[in-house]
Amino acid sequence: MAEEIIRHNQSGEVTMRIWRGDEEGGEFTEYVMPAQEGEVVLDVIHRVQATEAPDLACRWNCKAGKCGSCSAEINGRPSLMCMTRMDTLPEGETVTVAPMRAFPVIRDLVTDVSYNYEVAKRVPPLSPRPKTADEEEAGGYRMAQVDVERSQEFRKCIECFLCQDVCHVVRDHEENKTAYAGPRFFIRSAELEMHPLDTNDRRQLLQEEQGLGKCNITKCCTEVCPEHIKITDNAIIPLKERVVDAKYDPVAWLGRKIRNRSMRSAEEAAAEAPSTGPAAVLPPGGVQGIPQPRTDGAPVLVTSPSATPPPPAPPTAVTDTEA
Amino acid sequence: MTEYETHEFDVVIIGAGGAGLRAAVEAQAMGLRTAVVCKSLLGKAHTVMAEGGMAAAMGNVYSEDNWKVHFRDTMRGGKLLNNWRMAQLHAQEAPDRVRELEAWGALFDRTKDGLILQRDFGGHRYARLAHVGDRTGLELIRTMQQKAVAEGMEVFMELKVLRLLHDADGTVSGLVGYWRPTGGFVVIKAKAIVLATGGVGKSWMYTSNSWESTGDGHAMALWAGADLIDMECVQFHPTGMVWPLSVRGILVTEGVRGDGGVLRNSEGTRFMFDYVSDMFRAETADSEDEADKWYDDHTAGRRPPELLPRDEVARSINSEVKGGRGSPHGGVFLDIATRRTAEDIRRRLPSMYHQFKELAGVDITAEAMEVGPTCHYIMGGVRVDADTTAATVPGLFAAGEVAGGMHGANRLGGNSLSDLLVFGRRAGIGAADFASARSGEVTLEEGQIQDAIDAAVAPFEREGGENPYDIQQDLQETMQSLVGIIRSGPELEEALVKIEALEERAANVSLKGGTKYNPGWNLTTDLPSMLTVSRCTAMGALNRKESRGGQTRDDFPTTDPEMGKVNFVERITDPSAAPVGVGGTPSVRSITSQPEPVPVLPDDLKALLEEAY
Repeated sequence: MAEEIIRHNQSGEVTMRIWRGDEEGGEFTEYVMPAQEGEVVLDVIHRVQATEAPDLACRWNCKAGKCGSCSAEINGRPSLMCMTRMDTLPEGETVTVAPMRAFPVIRDLVTDVSYNYEVAKRVPPLSPRPKTADEEEAGGYRMAQVDVERSQEFRKCIECFLCQDVCHVVRDHEENKTAYAGPRFFIRSAELEMHPLDTNDRRQLLQEEQGLGKCNITKCCTEVCPEHIKITDNAIIPLKERVVDAKYDPVAWLGRKIRNRSMRSAEEAAAEAPSTGPAAVLPPGGVQGIPQPRTDGAPVLVTSPSATPPPPAPPTAVTDTEA
Repeated sequence: MTEYETHEFDVVIIGAGGAGLRAAVEAQAMGLRTAVVCKSLLGKAHTVMAEGGMAAAMGNVYSEDNWKVHFRDTMRGGKLLNNWRMAQLHAQEAPDRVRELEAWGALFDRTKDGLILQRDFGGHRYARLAHVGDRTGLELIRTMQQKAVAEGMEVFMELKVLRLLHDADGTVSGLVGYWRPTGGFVVIKAKAIVLATGGVGKSWMYTSNSWESTGDGHAMALWAGADLIDMECVQFHPTGMVWPLSVRGILVTEGVRGDGGVLRNSEGTRFMFDYVSDMFRAETADSEDEADKWYDDHTAGRRPPELLPRDEVARSINSEVKGGRGSPHGGVFLDIATRRTAEDIRRRLPSMYHQFKELAGVDITAEAMEVGPTCHYIMGGVRVDADTTAATVPGLFAAGEVAGGMHGANRLGGNSLSDLLVFGRRAGIGAADFASARSGEVTLEEGQIQDAIDAAVAPFEREGGENPYDIQQDLQETMQSLVGIIRSGPELEEALVKIEALEERAANVSLKGGTKYNPGWNLTTDLPSMLTVSRCTAMGALNRKESRGGQTRDDFPTTDPEMGKVNFVERITDPSAAPVGVGGTPSVRSITSQPEPVPVLPDDLKALLEEAY
């Protein structure tokens, strides 16, 4: 009994304005596609690929908001293409899709996000306390649900890097990337700082090498997080407090640390980060794309999708007309 | 001659999901020069989509649980087609792998006394799945990713492997592939290679799998001369989303049912009570009242039929829909809204809540979900030695979904994540041991390399040929309609003919736009493996003239004990002499499929299976 293949109901058309190009430049190209019920932006991108432009580059994997691959700027707002339903965008208007602006373009909607993988190498890993005698017998660590939940919030992160993209510390200041970890890695540090088993001390590293002080808590990152992680309130602000406490009132800071932890110094913690780092062996041209310092003005204010979107900025200066 | 860059390692792992990363960590810890190659960015592999949990008999919730019960459940769930030694090792070692993950930073949900909480899933006698809400796969992959980064692992991201390379004597010697971002070709010389490439679901139309699941490892093993087994055993997960059409197939975790959700038809009936098979009758509740008592206390009643193994539930849903009792969009209703409080649902199933709210506009705390079967997992795969994961070609190893045998004819939910870690680790050891012991020069033959490269770029020199997306879609429709959840002889014959025709069309693809991050080209280079594994599945399905687990034949609706004694083995006897199909790989016509005996279960383990419930 052959299974019946169900066909889409088509209803009208949708115009997509998609950025095409590479590190040397590019432009927006319009594609008119049939509209279909219940679709997300990624579905329409896929249909453009399958019909008019098989070489249209975009990343995707799960198509369910779980892998964080299909990040782009939709009508100027950093979003996951797989979780943005077409019917939430202004009806009848052209939908503009551009690559993330904070990262160098490889091709079309695909950007070189290797900055994030480089920062990840510099985060000292978990250094768990030893098991107690009771835990050895029980076969595993004991942690209370309430204690794991704080870090679990940050471990929901799907590494879509939309928070990194929207963060104006790097979005408009390419030069900051060398000394700024960004929201994704502040929540990683917060996760480890609040991890019930961790014995590392990351405060000095956060302040001196990861640029925690550069964040001026505009909460743009929280606003774009598809996992709804309260990046600023629950991670960055508590980290800033810990760093300040450690500097001016070490006793108060110590009081916050969970009992029974053997403390280790920041130097020891930093020494655990691989010094040369994992050589994520990256493709020759892709990684080195040409990062352009942003000179085009103020940080983009993220508004709700229904509000008038800011005009999308092309990812690099548009010089060539043909990619 | 096309230029390429060359690298050299002792052990190379293809795939950066749970199995690949676990293998890499182990091989590197043993002092071997190790690298991981993956088609996507690190951390995006399909493992990330696993939801409900990781099965391990830790006994944190029911102290009665132990590896023997887990072994029994796995074998019965697999309809006894499993490689018993794999099932045994898996059940014995899974608890240590979970605890190890915790020591590396994973934060599982906790019991009241602070241990790892375990949840109920289909086919598992006790609550056994270590989990983090309904995003356990993300926790696993992120933990392994962070562990690999901390160990300074070399990772080749966004690199598509085209072919394995081999020495004159057939021993694996490396791989050839290309960087997706630049299109530049790459050769990696290796003393041992671990396949950890996952599944094949992208050849079906409605699937929970991502674009990456094109069976690359299965196909490359076959082209290198290795055996595949049980390729007809494909798992259709009972609960995929059915509406809107654009999300059809996306997974709805079995955790919904483990946590109390029930299946109803359009008449409001909990229809699963009508579909309890003889094999599970003694351990399944026969009234709603008895089933409902079980959730809080497994000794107060027998298991609800909604928690039968996946193959049984998927077939039952299929029958309800075919019988005209389906939901408006061709599924059935999965109801947790009337069974648990809104707060409980949001806490225990946060991503399901989110997924339905955002993609379907359905609030699962207030209304039922519409669900139906979706192609989810292939039990079949590379035939391996249970202890070392060695394939039948020297130097080649396989772990995770790409390996066959562990799950028999049907996998239990939760057994995949634990499989990844147990056999990922074993593959790392197996490959490292092989590489350490390997003597003599590892040789790369230029002809093999250039052959693969030439075939890969050929579509750019062709004008007016096929669009690769059309071929993919036609293959998906063929597999969905003719090699789907319910199969028949004539339809499988038809599928084989269609796959041959698709192979001819795939050899005539033409492309534009260059090799730099070109999805059309990437898909074209995935088509040879998609066609190869589809052929294997259809051949095995035609030959297995019975219904068992993930293989259901309309024309042979019952289980045949004689068929239970054999695995169907797909192989290409002499790949170098085989006619060329597409992309320079052996034609699908050169694949053979024949029955070979299933490893015989020792008596002491056999006794475990026969224990009364």
